[in-house]
Amino acid sequence: MENSSDPASPLLEVRGISKSFGAVRALQEVDFTLRAGEIHALLGENGAGKSTLIKVVTGVFPRDAGIVRLGGEEVAPRSAKAALGAGIATVYQEVNLLPNLSVAQNLFLDRQPMRFGIVREGEMRRRAKALLADFGLDIDVAAPLGNYSVAIQHVTAIARAVDLSARVLILDEPTASLDRHEVEILFGIMRKLAGRGIGIVFVSHFLDQVYEISNRITVLRNGRLVGERETASLPRLELIRMMLGRELAETTSARASATEHKAREICASFEAYGKAGYVAPFDLELRHGEVVGLAGLLGSGRTETARLVFGAERADRGQARVEGAAVRLQSPRDGVRHGFGYCPEERKTDGIVAELSVRENIVLALQAKRGLHRPLSRREQDEIARRYVKMLDIRPSDPERPVGLLSGGNQQKVLLARWLATSPRLLVLDEPTRGIDVGAHAEIIRLIRELCDNGLSLLVISSELDEIVTYSDRVVVLRDRAHVEELAGGAIDVGNILAAIAADGAATAHEGRA
Amino acid sequence: MTALLPRRGLAQILALIVILAVDRVVSPQFFDLRLQDGRLFGSLIDVLNRGTPVALLSLGMVLVIATRGIDLSVGAVMAICGAIAASLADSHGLPVVLAAALGAGLVCGLWNGFLVAVLGMQPIVATLILMVAGRGIAQLITEGRIVTFSSPDLVWLGNGSVLGLPVPVVIALGMLILTGAVVRGSALGLLIEATGGNARASELAGVGTRAMILAVYVWCGVCAALAGVIAAADIMGADANNAGLWLELDAILAVVIGGTSLFGGRFSLVLAVLGALIIQTMNTGILLSGYPPEFNLLVKAVVVLAVLLLQSPKFSGFAGIAARLRRTKA
Repeated sequence: MENSSDPASPLLEVRGISKSFGAVRALQEVDFTLRAGEIHALLGENGAGKSTLIKVVTGVFPRDAGIVRLGGEEVAPRSAKAALGAGIATVYQEVNLLPNLSVAQNLFLDRQPMRFGIVREGEMRRRAKALLADFGLDIDVAAPLGNYSVAIQHVTAIARAVDLSARVLILDEPTASLDRHEVEILFGIMRKLAGRGIGIVFVSHFLDQVYEISNRITVLRNGRLVGERETASLPRLELIRMMLGRELAETTSARASATEHKAREICASFEAYGKAGYVAPFDLELRHGEVVGLAGLLGSGRTETARLVFGAERADRGQARVEGAAVRLQSPRDGVRHGFGYCPEERKTDGIVAELSVRENIVLALQAKRGLHRPLSRREQDEIARRYVKMLDIRPSDPERPVGLLSGGNQQKVLLARWLATSPRLLVLDEPTRGIDVGAHAEIIRLIRELCDNGLSLLVISSELDEIVTYSDRVVVLRDRAHVEELAGGAIDVGNILAAIAADGAATAHEGRA
Repeated sequence: MTALLPRRGLAQILALIVILAVDRVVSPQFFDLRLQDGRLFGSLIDVLNRGTPVALLSLGMVLVIATRGIDLSVGAVMAICGAIAASLADSHGLPVVLAAALGAGLVCGLWNGFLVAVLGMQPIVATLILMVAGRGIAQLITEGRIVTFSSPDLVWLGNGSVLGLPVPVVIALGMLILTGAVVRGSALGLLIEATGGNARASELAGVGTRAMILAVYVWCGVCAALAGVIAAADIMGADANNAGLWLELDAILAVVIGGTSLFGGRFSLVLAVLGALIIQTMNTGILLSGYPPEFNLLVKAVVVLAVLLLQSPKFSGFAGIAARLRRTKA
């Protein structure tokens, strides 16, 4: 970039930041350095700690350890407002402005030009117009902000932040809902602001955009700093490896060879299955006693595939079969009826019913499957709960405890128990080890293997590539909401998966920079 | 199946005892009962009898609130069904009258349930529609008059007695047992609590959340219809303007006093009915004390505040649990 930074003067220095939520260590001694006038991409998969880092730096969360320096001065904002006052502004993906107020009112909220206690609307509009003109926008500032596109709302939020004398501008997934043209406009503004010496933190999972706009990249994984690199000298494959691979030990599949599995019965199959604008049509065969891993970057269509397979989302093309018979999967109820189970990635919002007990959470799917008129007696419920609490070593072992009080790992086990109680033929696990501590992590992986040995068919999504490699018989690689590659047997290793994920980028000019 | 009266009912029982004791102080004859013509009389019986409409409403309301909904239309549904019963009472037999009135309540419940479960409207807005329109419908049925009737069957429903107890009280008791048997005897209770606790998760677990929500609004409509018939039978006439007026608020209050959170999830039928009785015990006590009835509203407000404070996590011993819940959420 033309406005390259002066390495001698870091604008924002974050040193040794740690943050835990209960037993989960969201950030461990993370360092981050932003120079004046640079655009710095902050990357990592879901749960890597990007959002937590931003929220700790801007005072939304209190930090457990570490320091933050802005222009050499130590700062410890207690709230987003205090951070803004210190010169650190954040614009989130969901713009935090008021859509029912006018653009001008949003720009000058809390600091309207006043005379004799009355807001000077005319003056405010004039200044709003001038401010936005600076960003290349010529719009009616008296109209409600909600009338405008997300892109304009974003620019308005940025304009407000910059006008509040921000020295550091954090943009969290600003391009997620913008089209190509709008992204160009936003990038133009970002370059302009960087040219004025503002440091910009750019969080995105669109790697093309990261290569286009950023000078420098910092990668986080599992709450730790993986590294900081110059964008121009970081090949795309290497970047993906930083984001996904653990330590690149050449893990190979621990599972038996693929030929053996060909002989197994097909449990469920999907032909040209897909949904417009959701996932491109795919073919997928799931066999009894087999683990199929779904690998790909965030937003590549992994979760979407899982939801289609389970029936949480309706496909608009293709044919699903269970044990050879054609079926229609219109709702989760259909999936459950056909013997499928689904542990979603968002345990808290989509998985557990926090207020209900461990017992009630475990029997929920089985009871739903049996129907209203065949209630499980309290004795049966107790028995089921006791059996799974023991089998999966759920702690604390009191089945009457509200599940919301358990740790993430134990909540995950309760969800597994919920599905195992229905004696499923296929289990879909979306990030089963996300956000749980190391001990429970290993246990969940051991469970996946055991279940599979008992004839269950498993479809597992994970961002941890070496984990996928360890338990999968086959790995389907996704990119841009399409299935692009299927690896089996000896072909399953981290390198091959990474190559498949990055194949697209290898053809572009960015790779040439390496 | 023993979950009908959980341990957490202690606060409500204590509250009822305290209010009864206060009533005893203001009115020394409060606990007196006498048998006359095979029927019990006394303030306690009066509390039960007067409390019946709200108790019936709260039986439906508690299920709706457990799914994280609310039904503001129950008062209007009472008016509609009371009007229907009163108009038919002198020309048709009791079975027809009851079937028509309860059928109307069922249709009202279906309408609310359709708006909430199928169209996905916010419950407070969806049921506001029938709350407003329902009174209009009731007035159309009565043609703006107070419809009176003299059918002895229907009058008996409001003023008769069975085994010494007023018929409305027996009906309410029967409905409590019936609702309890249906809800806790089947898996409905668990699935309703799961739907209210986390609808997304419940749906992904295969629970038919829409059917659950539809069912509770229908039941709420039927309970309101029954309350409406009893209210009409009690005064031997239907007043479209005043029947069930503001009773939706009492029903919601009864549910809240009964410890069911407006955020849905765990619910208790017995405690909701106990809540209705607490409200009526207060009302009767204030009437007996000779204070002007306006006091009623103030006292009610104070009691609500007290109950809500007791239930609020920051105020009670649940503070620790709530804090841990919050931490794990973050």
